[in-house]
Amino acid sequence: MNFDFSDDQKLLKDQVAKFLADKCKPEDVRKILESDAPYDKALWQGLADLGFLGTTIPEAYGGLGLGYLELCVIAEELGRACAPVPLSSSVYLASEAINRFGSEEQKQAWLPKVASGEAIGCFAFAEGVQAPNARTISTTLSGGKLSGAKLPVADGDVADFAVVVVKTGSGTSEGDLSLALVDLSDAGVMRETVSTIDPTRSHANITFDGAAADLLGKEGEGWSATQDVMNCAAVLIAFEQLGGTQASLEMAKEYALDRYAFGRQIGSYQAIKHKLADMYVKLELARGHCYYGAWALSTGSPELPLAAAGARVAATEAFRFAAQENIQTHGGIGYTWEANTQFYYRRSKLLGLALGAAGGWKERIVRQLEQRNAA
Amino acid sequence: MDFDDTPQEAAFRKECYDWLSENARLKSASGENSRNRSNMSDDELVARAKEWQAKKAAAGYAQITWPKEWGGRGGTPIESVIYSQEEAKFSVPGGVFEIGLGMCVPTVMTYADAETSKRFVGPALRGEEIWCQLFSEPAAGSDVAGIRTKAEKDGDDWIINGQKVWTSGAQFSDFGIIVTRTDPNVPKHKGLTMFWLDMKSPGVEVRPIKQMSGDSGFNEVFFTDVRVKDSQRLGEVGQGWKSAITTLMNERLAVGGGAGAGDFGELLALARSTEMEEGAAIAQSSVREKIADWYVESQGLKLNRFRTITALSKGTAPGPEASIGKIVSAPKMQDLAAFAMDMEDMGGIITDREIAPLNGGFQAQWFGAAGYRIAGGTDEILRNIVAERVLGLPQDVRVDKEAAFNELPKGK
Repeated sequence: MNFDFSDDQKLLKDQVAKFLADKCKPEDVRKILESDAPYDKALWQGLADLGFLGTTIPEAYGGLGLGYLELCVIAEELGRACAPVPLSSSVYLASEAINRFGSEEQKQAWLPKVASGEAIGCFAFAEGVQAPNARTISTTLSGGKLSGAKLPVADGDVADFAVVVVKTGSGTSEGDLSLALVDLSDAGVMRETVSTIDPTRSHANITFDGAAADLLGKEGEGWSATQDVMNCAAVLIAFEQLGGTQASLEMAKEYALDRYAFGRQIGSYQAIKHKLADMYVKLELARGHCYYGAWALSTGSPELPLAAAGARVAATEAFRFAAQENIQTHGGIGYTWEANTQFYYRRSKLLGLALGAAGGWKERIVRQLEQRNAA
Repeated sequence: MDFDDTPQEAAFRKECYDWLSENARLKSASGENSRNRSNMSDDELVARAKEWQAKKAAAGYAQITWPKEWGGRGGTPIESVIYSQEEAKFSVPGGVFEIGLGMCVPTVMTYADAETSKRFVGPALRGEEIWCQLFSEPAAGSDVAGIRTKAEKDGDDWIINGQKVWTSGAQFSDFGIIVTRTDPNVPKHKGLTMFWLDMKSPGVEVRPIKQMSGDSGFNEVFFTDVRVKDSQRLGEVGQGWKSAITTLMNERLAVGGGAGAGDFGELLALARSTEMEEGAAIAQSSVREKIADWYVESQGLKLNRFRTITALSKGTAPGPEASIGKIVSAPKMQDLAAFAMDMEDMGGIITDREIAPLNGGFQAQWFGAAGYRIAGGTDEILRNIVAERVLGLPQDVRVDKEAAFNELPKGK
């Protein structure tokens, strides 16, 4: 049994933590929150210089060619620091889709640029205020032209290319969906930044009006391809959520030790102790699931759909609880603009919805369990 | 990252499995619970458990981490885990020796002289003698240092008077370890002393406690002028709290387990075969969401046990993640059982094993969980422990630390 990261991976985690302690302080996060800047460009360049953007991209395409386990530990630290960078869009989703399903030409065109930080990718899936699926997606790819609108698209306003889930068939079944790859500098692309609960991560409304695009992967296989990419991103984002949970718990603990009320530390009251103990319990449950997801992802296990859904559900719940109860532990000061508690409150809900709400992932868990026990 | 044994671990696992195969019967596929005493008398359980313990001891599997000179195997914690994992696949009697070997005898080994230890360790290991732990009292549960059972010096002896409660296995135990109050005029943690005693001593009376489920797993034990020798003392006079901590450090390991008969898998099976007012249970999103939630809890605990085992496998101390087990599993047992009974609708009240799904397992678990949330540390005490020992939060302000025990306020 070796259900843990290796010493090298732990060393990498420490290096990332040190780098972020210097380059991604709370005041750096706040700068993005309080300005129109869509992301922290200096931090992004720093991550590119260290090679982290190409962690899982093969060396042949300019990446480091390391494994998913390395990307998991990087993700945890970025989540802990609440880093305002488009890593999930560009690395977990867009370049992952190209690496898995793209032609040689498509890989050559974008993967080296993602690895170097020269280009940012995004994944355009949702279409408005509803869950995206074969019934609700109406963006089409026809004759090499994209038409329709995607909203919200994480980092869609700063990305150079997009992987778009499109309709290529005439029906409403999963086989009518495909993936398309589009260069966002095309004249047929209109985009505007949309305001969201978390301005430290930029989102866009993208309209395609005949923009030139290619199929990514096979026609009619867009739904299963999307599920593959979602499962991969679910594990990586779960590590970001894990880091955010840990940060929220630590922040709450520090405050509970510093703050006195009724003549003693508020951390000596059981109402606060039990709240923090519950945060810890949820954190550790999520950590177990995250490790399982990391193992399944890194070994290409058929258990990945179940492991990824478990990681997503557990980590979403842990971060939700820790971020909201961190504010509660702080009392009134935690509700002010000046307090950093808001970073994690915003980010927890953003990440909890980024790949679809927890309910859908719970449904995936039950479907997997039903299949497993079909006999 | 992998879930594989090292070559040495795999070899030991095979050795255990082979020995178990020759000496015990594999559990049936229906998942029988070998610890279920309800269909077995105490005499039968004890007889079977003694026979099994003797076999284990003869083969060197009784206490794997104990040194060889004490009859153990001199093995590693990971070997102990591997043996337990393999033994869990077989139908073997349990619930008789865990407290003695896990908690009482190690305390004796820590505080008694070599001769006394030698007298007790072998027979306990071979299943010839059974031990119980006499700590809790009617007025001292979570606050176990608040015990009132008195021990008063009489020449070279001590005379014990008082009452203990929740004593598992007292009805068939040969010996026990008991914490007593030897000085009520000092603060409560400083006036305690521990002894071992013969449960057949004159003045010891064991009465079973009938639980709300109707079963009896625990006892009350009354002490009326019970005489013990000063040589039966475990630790210094007034140092009984220190001795008790030695015992309690092992308690959560010994109590552990107890996941109950019904987990998310049994709930899924029930949902597939049950009609609810709204239609097939498995088709209801309210049911499906609950199955997913409890899968996440159960699987999360299992995965964290893998983290603990990983640490043991590397020869390092497990992290504090192991402390969350009962905080999660005990309320889950209760909530899951109650939810399953709701799914059974009007029929959910039935306990008849022939009629109720899972042989009435959800109903039994619903009763059992109410006790499991309290036994071996309540939900609340366990949260205090996580907050204080893992997160480093301060203790609650205490009014009982400095005052003499006999001056503390008490209820009726």
